[in-house]
Amino acid sequence: MLSPSLQKFLFGRFTLDALPIHEPILVVTFIAVALGGIAVLGAITYFRLWGYLWREWFTSVDHKKIGVMYMVLGIIMLLRGFADAIMMRLQQAIAFGGSQGYLPAHHYDQVFTAHGVIMIFFVAMPLVTGLMNFAVPLQIGARDVSFPFLNNFSFWMTVGGAVIVMISLFVGEFARTGWLAYPPLSELRYSPDVGVDYYIWGLQVAGVGTTLSGINLIATIVKLRAPGMTMMRMPVFTWTALCTNVLIVAAFPVLTAVLALLSLDRYLGTDFFTNTMGGNPMMYVNLIWIWGHPEVYILILPLFGVYSEVTATFTGKKLFGYTSMVYATVCITIMSYLVWLHHFFTMGSGASVNSFFGITTMIISIPTGAKLFNWLFTMYRGRIRFELPMMWTIAFMLTFTIGGMTGVMLAIPPADFVLHNSLFLIAHFHNVIIGGVLFGAFAGINYWFPKVFGFRLDPRWGKASFWFWVVGFYFAFMPLYVLGLMGVTRRLRVFDDPSLQIWFVIAAFGAALIALGILCFLAQIFFSILNREKLRDVTGDPWGGRTLEWSTSSPPPAYNFAFTPVIHDRDAWWDMKTRGYVRPLSGFKPIHMPRNTGAGVILAALATVCGIAMIWYVWWLAALSFVALLAVAIGHTFNYHRDFYFPQEDVVRIEGERTKLLTQGA
Amino acid sequence: MDTPAFSKDVFYLTDEHEHAEGASTALGFWLYIMSDCLIFAMLFAAFGVLGGNYAAGPSPKDLFELPLVAVNTTMLLLSSITYGFAMLAMEKNSKGATQAWLAVTAVFGLCFLGIELSEFAHLIAEGATPQRSAFLSSFFTLVGTHGLHVTFGIVWILTMMVQVGRHGLIAANRRRLMCLSLFWHFLDVIWIGVFTFVYLLGVLR
Repeated sequence: MLSPSLQKFLFGRFTLDALPIHEPILVVTFIAVALGGIAVLGAITYFRLWGYLWREWFTSVDHKKIGVMYMVLGIIMLLRGFADAIMMRLQQAIAFGGSQGYLPAHHYDQVFTAHGVIMIFFVAMPLVTGLMNFAVPLQIGARDVSFPFLNNFSFWMTVGGAVIVMISLFVGEFARTGWLAYPPLSELRYSPDVGVDYYIWGLQVAGVGTTLSGINLIATIVKLRAPGMTMMRMPVFTWTALCTNVLIVAAFPVLTAVLALLSLDRYLGTDFFTNTMGGNPMMYVNLIWIWGHPEVYILILPLFGVYSEVTATFTGKKLFGYTSMVYATVCITIMSYLVWLHHFFTMGSGASVNSFFGITTMIISIPTGAKLFNWLFTMYRGRIRFELPMMWTIAFMLTFTIGGMTGVMLAIPPADFVLHNSLFLIAHFHNVIIGGVLFGAFAGINYWFPKVFGFRLDPRWGKASFWFWVVGFYFAFMPLYVLGLMGVTRRLRVFDDPSLQIWFVIAAFGAALIALGILCFLAQIFFSILNREKLRDVTGDPWGGRTLEWSTSSPPPAYNFAFTPVIHDRDAWWDMKTRGYVRPLSGFKPIHMPRNTGAGVILAALATVCGIAMIWYVWWLAALSFVALLAVAIGHTFNYHRDFYFPQEDVVRIEGERTKLLTQGA
Repeated sequence: MDTPAFSKDVFYLTDEHEHAEGASTALGFWLYIMSDCLIFAMLFAAFGVLGGNYAAGPSPKDLFELPLVAVNTTMLLLSSITYGFAMLAMEKNSKGATQAWLAVTAVFGLCFLGIELSEFAHLIAEGATPQRSAFLSSFFTLVGTHGLHVTFGIVWILTMMVQVGRHGLIAANRRRLMCLSLFWHFLDVIWIGVFTFVYLLGVLR
């Protein structure tokens, strides 16, 4: 055996006790995950896909492929986040009448923390970033983003953060603090284990990726628009993406800073958020919500964009009130910084401060309301086609309105003193996040899938998924409004009052319906791939689209557009179609493109190792991986040959194949 | 964006539409600087909230030696001027002079760091450690984060000296020197804030 000091040097505070072999739930989960993982890795090896994946996907700087990888990450993490959710629903449905349920307290606390962290950072964020990455350059007629390598690096940093959070499931533990890790509970004194450190480093690694991807997309939208596309001719989705990325760049550094201060408290013993030596825990709460409130708009704004595109496309009309839509989005962007204190009216900041933030919160619902009316007026007297994206949009409009109204209720400080931290709040934010962000993601996936892969998603499984999700949502969360009004607080593990149980059982039933919704969604993807020839679309414009992405082939070629389009109208592609645009058949030229690189994967892997070493106090490994990180980053700057010319004969060949397909289709 | 007027029936450009290489870099780097600026804003805010919480420990008046800090400030300001000379040399296409001024800048940066570290060592030896009070936690973090940035700036300067030596003042290197220039002057601006709000106002407090 190693001497204790050598063991401590080599492995930090990691010992074999950190493996949860005494917890049957985790052991079974681990076996399932391990078997699944081995099956997937084995299949990749058996079909010799590693080289293909590495060359064509992992090292790709193509914004479309990176977008798809973000979506895959989001969907995989949705399964993990949902597993946490259904565990909580089951626990709360049975822990009555002296029963302790099946989850011990220390496990249950990790489950609700992990659920929140995963759903926000590793489901909603990747889904939103994925949609923006895929669609924005196509919508503005660009060949790629401004910084293609940075885009790849950002993605892998997000994966690194997700990996750190996932490792905590089987090695050590996750935070037991709730998803924002409020101090003093998250300080070393009350959370001495690795849980909070997993939380911090998972979010820090992913946060770097998010910030850089925000910078990248702003630069792309500002600098790379096709000629003729003025700001007020940008598609609404691009506008919302611009505002979201401005919010990302203006909010995520705050999260980085506040988590860094918490780390200093935990690692060096400083006193920022302790309740001794002059520290101030409420400063953490203020700072993290200065990030946290813009964050909810970071999530919802791009989906407002998706709904706008979908509504216009599937009613066959121009979007009603484009200008007001843009200004509403910009208003929300600015206002989102002026409402953070409504998350803790109970802090005791006094009547004047609470009134200010209560009123700003109510005001922010006005531009949101304006948007809803714009969508309604777009649909008014339109020829509405009830395809899946449109169905999700209508479900959103109904559901989100309810969530918005309960939000205005919570914005009234005296009401909030009663509802604060209750299940009413839980119902409210699930109402807006599921009803807004998730429904929007499904609308976006169903809308753009044919553009990404060249065939539609199967509508029958999609409709099954839709109905299970929507009905399941109402069953799962309406009971929580009732319970919250009765005074039930969040994050409880066991209950005394047996009269409450029926509501929790209904909520658990709703969660089971949502589980079926997720299964149907996976089945939808599976059967769509199976029947892809039947669902094939050769036109590249299956929905009668209005914006530029529908003008190119599906899937789009690596260079997106053989010739850079010139824009004359907001609905650029619609304008081209109605004014007799003829697709060019000759005159192709070589196209300047960025080159793939493995540097992003390597840098993100080193950052992940560094984070894990910090979590376990393995100082030598942390130092080593950090130095390696710097060395590789500097080494990468010595590579001056980052692009190449996409050969003319390949452009001619690709465009020729499309011509053939189009004439066959016609 | 200067958009030439296109006739209504022109739907695409027949010539390859080149965005000049690195056209977005200046904007992208400004955005990065602004995001970094926000991190400093948070640290200033933390110092603003906690700067008076001495926890019965030493206060700025007991600790800060303004003459030393003034010398240190001079070092950093001089380094900004010499970086300016490096950029002028770059404009004149003088590779050797650019490298030389970069080296001078790095030396001033190192002097700044040396003085800062000796100040930190002095404070810690007196028992004014970051763990002593929330005031000292926020002081060390704000000033230390700035120092860390200067350190990375020096590493970057050295990297640029090598890259200019290897490839000369090519467009890519000019762009990089421009970004580094933004970064270096940005650190100067932050330091003006630190000097004013932490040191000068701290001693008046």
